[in-house]
Amino acid sequence: MAMLIRAIKCCTTLSRFSSLPFAFRSVSTLVLAEHEGGAIKAPSVSAVEATKSLGGDNTVSVLLAGSGPSLHEAAARAASCHPSISQVFVADSDTFTHPLAEPWARLVHLVQQRGRYTHIVAASNSFGKNILPRAAALLDVSPVTDVISLCGSSQFVRPIYAGNALCTVRYAGTNPCMLTIRSTSFPIPAQIADSKSNAAPISQVDLSTFDEDCASKSRYVKHTSQDKERPDLGNARVVVTGGRGLRSAENFKLIEKLAEKLGAAVGATRAAVDAGFVPNDLQVGQTGKIVAPELYMAFGVSGAIQHIAGMRDSKVIVAVNKDADAPIFQVADYGLVGDLFEVIPELLEKFPEKK
Amino acid sequence: MKILVAAKRVVDYAVKIRVKPDRSGVETQNVKMSMNPFCEIALEEALRIKEAGLASEVVAVSMGPAQCVDTLRTGLAMGADRGIHVDSSAALYPLTVAKLLKALVEVEKPGLLILGKQAIDDDCNQTGQMVAGLLGWPQGTFASKVLLDKEKQVATVEREVDGGLETLCLDLPAVITTDLRLNQPRYATLPNIMKAKSKVIEKYTPEDLNVELKSDLEVVEVTEPPKRKAGVTVSSVEELIDKLKNEADVI
Repeated sequence: MAMLIRAIKCCTTLSRFSSLPFAFRSVSTLVLAEHEGGAIKAPSVSAVEATKSLGGDNTVSVLLAGSGPSLHEAAARAASCHPSISQVFVADSDTFTHPLAEPWARLVHLVQQRGRYTHIVAASNSFGKNILPRAAALLDVSPVTDVISLCGSSQFVRPIYAGNALCTVRYAGTNPCMLTIRSTSFPIPAQIADSKSNAAPISQVDLSTFDEDCASKSRYVKHTSQDKERPDLGNARVVVTGGRGLRSAENFKLIEKLAEKLGAAVGATRAAVDAGFVPNDLQVGQTGKIVAPELYMAFGVSGAIQHIAGMRDSKVIVAVNKDADAPIFQVADYGLVGDLFEVIPELLEKFPEKK
Repeated sequence: MKILVAAKRVVDYAVKIRVKPDRSGVETQNVKMSMNPFCEIALEEALRIKEAGLASEVVAVSMGPAQCVDTLRTGLAMGADRGIHVDSSAALYPLTVAKLLKALVEVEKPGLLILGKQAIDDDCNQTGQMVAGLLGWPQGTFASKVLLDKEKQVATVEREVDGGLETLCLDLPAVITTDLRLNQPRYATLPNIMKAKSKVIEKYTPEDLNVELKSDLEVVEVTEPPKRKAGVTVSSVEELIDKLKNEADVI
């Protein structure tokens, strides 16, 4: 709440600033989008949602790159996935089959030279964080990472020190202003996907002047993914997390069972990942995933600063820990001091069936 | 082959930070400072590559005020061969750091540049990508495994990405940024700390390197994040389920 008030306050200061000629300055945004299996990824749609706060007369173009039919399928879906999108650009080349930073950064440079956008935005996930700073360096501008609130076209709020402070920065450089946004701060309204009747036009990026040299210096080898039966951690409504208190990979199955019952995603602390209970892509925290579900349940999690950084914006936090002094209880809405090996089976038994 | 490692001096990761009352930033006076944990991992990796006989020299670089020399001494005590301090009291943003690093690469001509994936103070996660872009070198970000092939002059990097691990093959010279799981950094032993005192730390200024400190970002204010309201302690699983259902309305 306090954050909201602050955000509104900084927005009003800005609007006072820009109430004169600036208000008419038009904003044009390029959103760097990621796609998989013929669909644009949810964090990229959040990036489009975030551009709404840039104000002015904003036109939003989406840039997709890849190769083959799945790219064009994704482009068709992207064209009608959000009412703000007015244009979809597609870069179709074998160079872009895998989202490597080297060709992508050159592509952004090329498209920016032609389109002269005022803003370039991507989601702050491993795709956006890898590509956008490289592209920013080619354009000689300072990017802003992990924005959680936009106040007009040049003032942004971002967390620093693992979310223990919020920093408001003003971009005072030349165009484009480049941002990665934290997708949990810009949820996509549920009705938005089907509200759009006419799809935005799709056009191909002319790659005849594209310098392929940069692309040959890095090659994609392989991707090993974990099986994804459960909802995606970043977008789940409920997250159940286990920490060191689970003691073994075998015991961690209790967390998975509970998650299954709740239709929840499974998260983990660094301690649980380092101890080999679960793969690293389940880590929640400053260096892992940032989540903000409706319900976050932490079992055997002490609540280190770095872990809290990844889940402090959850709506309701439940902590179960046998140490009554564990710092996690300071952020929990509901705390239960007890042995998780007794509590989880009881929860499994007594939790109402999911709707 | 020479390896250049960038190391940043930051507020120690275990410190509970305080925002200054005038909202200009975070209190850093009389606060414990250390080498950024990701930079320690970067240095450790460089030392392991050297110990495997794949590199001849490890050079540690730090930029900022005079106290950065302490961070460099820590790096030298871990095993770096020499240090470079770029002296600047001005606020350095990643773009400037990347430009300074590029200038140093042109002087030192390393075959590999290793950085941490992010500094735990500004949480930017930008510098490695930016210097790779400026140099036109390939980048292997968020690395959890690095294998060098000296004959073919390539590095195979396993990266921690959303949804799993990705493996890339990069032509050297390259830029690598380290994730937490790449290695376990060593502790400096007392004899090594003593030895580090006689190792060389070269000094540069941004002017020496012909880099202009332009800054296109201004910090407007730094504030504390909203506090969560105090929670309640429940005594049983029934009570917890009841609260979640009837009070919080989330199940």
